[in-house]
Amino acid sequence: MEFFVQQLVNGLTLGSVYALIALGYSMVYGILKLLNFAHGEVYMVGAFIGYGVLTMAGGAADPVLPAAVLVPLMFLAAMIGSGLLGVAIERFAYRPLRDAPRIAPLISAVGVSFFLQAAALLLFTARIRNYDTPELIPFSVGVEVGPLRISLVRILVIVTAVVLMVALTLLVSRTRLGKAMRATAYDREAAAMMGIDTDRVIAATFFIGSVLAGAAGVMIGLVFSRVFHFMGFLAGLKGFTAAVVGGIGNIPGAMVGGLLIGLAEAYAAAYLSSRFSELVVFTILIGVMLVRPSGLFGTPALQKV
Amino acid sequence: MLLALKDVNTYYGQIHILQGVSLDVAEGELVCLLGGNASGKSTTLKTILGLVAPRSGSVVFDGEDVTRASTSRRIERGMAIVPENRRLFSPMTVTENLEMGAYRRSGDLRAAFERVYDLFPLLADRRSQLAGTMSGGEQQMVAVGRALMSEPRLLLMDEPSMGLAPILVERSFEIIQAVHEAGVAVLVVEQNANMALSVADRGYVLQTGRIALTDRADALRENDDLRKAYLGR
Ligand SMILES: Nc1ncnc2c1ncn2[C@@H]1O[C@H](COP(=O)(O)OP(=O)(O)OP(=O)(O)O)[C@@H](O)[C@H]1O
Ligand SMILES: [Mg+2]
Repeated sequence: MEFFVQQLVNGLTLGSVYALIALGYSMVYGILKLLNFAHGEVYMVGAFIGYGVLTMAGGAADPVLPAAVLVPLMFLAAMIGSGLLGVAIERFAYRPLRDAPRIAPLISAVGVSFFLQAAALLLFTARIRNYDTPELIPFSVGVEVGPLRISLVRILVIVTAVVLMVALTLLVSRTRLGKAMRATAYDREAAAMMGIDTDRVIAATFFIGSVLAGAAGVMIGLVFSRVFHFMGFLAGLKGFTAAVVGGIGNIPGAMVGGLLIGLAEAYAAAYLSSRFSELVVFTILIGVMLVRPSGLFGTPALQKV
Repeated sequence: MLLALKDVNTYYGQIHILQGVSLDVAEGELVCLLGGNASGKSTTLKTILGLVAPRSGSVVFDGEDVTRASTSRRIERGMAIVPENRRLFSPMTVTENLEMGAYRRSGDLRAAFERVYDLFPLLADRRSQLAGTMSGGEQQMVAVGRALMSEPRLLLMDEPSMGLAPILVERSFEIIQAVHEAGVAVLVVEQNANMALSVADRGYVLQTGRIALTDRADALRENDDLRKAYLGR
């Protein structure tokens, strides 16, 4: 039982990260019908920015700032940096191809993905960097729940993810920008006819999705400590899987899909073997696609009347 | 003149759609633009609104040359459109659709909402209904209400009666007249020439991208060529 609950916490941690990545895929797909293959690399860059801030502050063992200041700073820098990177990718790799056949921006996306991986390899080499989080926030610090201790870092990750997802939900449902995003996603020309500057709305969508990926990068750095140039590949693939499982283009779907994938991975690793976790994740993808091709929350492709 | 198009040439790629179109609408006037399928009526409205750029010619609105101005700018200056097929944001509520119509306006929208609800009391009761779940006639109200939310000086309407039952077509022209009587200039695109000419002050007839005919509405109703081509009598 204890073990089971411990895995629940693991799964929720991983799931939070996948959900945040999935949101970026889903939002961009919703508005441009484009699979942003470079999204995993935006997440990777976020993890490196967090690492950069940590290193500049003296490293986890001997930081010049208290952890309560340093960690938020890492998040903030990574989120802004990743957000701006997302906007730049849209501006230079996708916007010029807006009216080209749909395969063109897709190829461009794959190109950006390789480019960012190669750039990270050149800049940081293939060495795996470590956040060394336990030295900053000892894993022994945490909350006791019965016989179980949940480390502060995991609580921090889950709570931050929940706060970000609530904020996103409010933004999309309540604010002027959020409504413009939904209108643009549904019918770009009609949105333009209302005077909505759809280019700016699309840029804002990339910014927000990339901000979430940046936060996810720091979270993974804090919990699993392994930061390297190729880390965006598998995480991106799983975030994408989560988005598809939830119903791509659907925001609550991305959140649920992310949690589902995270939990599946944690339990597969715990009860089978960590070697099987990928197998289980992609089996879920295939299973959902067979039963509900448009995803758990997706509406079957309906005709516009 | 509130709106003046001068010798406008618009292309889609290499295809020359609008071929030297000149047209104007005075302050508060109700003008109809008639023409058969694919004659370029929607393209004319899109050119006026800046959704497509003309290769040559000019669009002047309220004394400002807006030929190269963004759609946002033109809407801020006082244009609004009821698009062909309405193009509502189906997964959004009535209120949200109306808000999108007021996207370029800042500040308090209460007065604008009130005016729309006065014109269409039904919408006040359906505020939180999803636009896509409404009937054709109701959607028509949302589409017109949405355009009026920006309190335009020129309302562009692209085939407002399309797909509506005869009784709703009449209702839709009553609304056009009501908007017109409130002092808003209207440029309405129609295939239903009879109906359009019965409410309009003036009319233009577009034929394969050229203005073939223009006159006062009553004169056009008596025009033999037009009667043969469009009025079916
Ligand atoms: N985006 C586009 N790309 C290429 N050609 C287009 C595009 N939009 C319209 N056309 C072509 O331009 C011509 C005029 O189209 P337009 O929509 O202006 O006609 P219309 O008079 O509004 O017709 P309808 O009464 O059917 O609405 C048509 O031949 C159409 O096929
Ligand atoms: Mg048309």
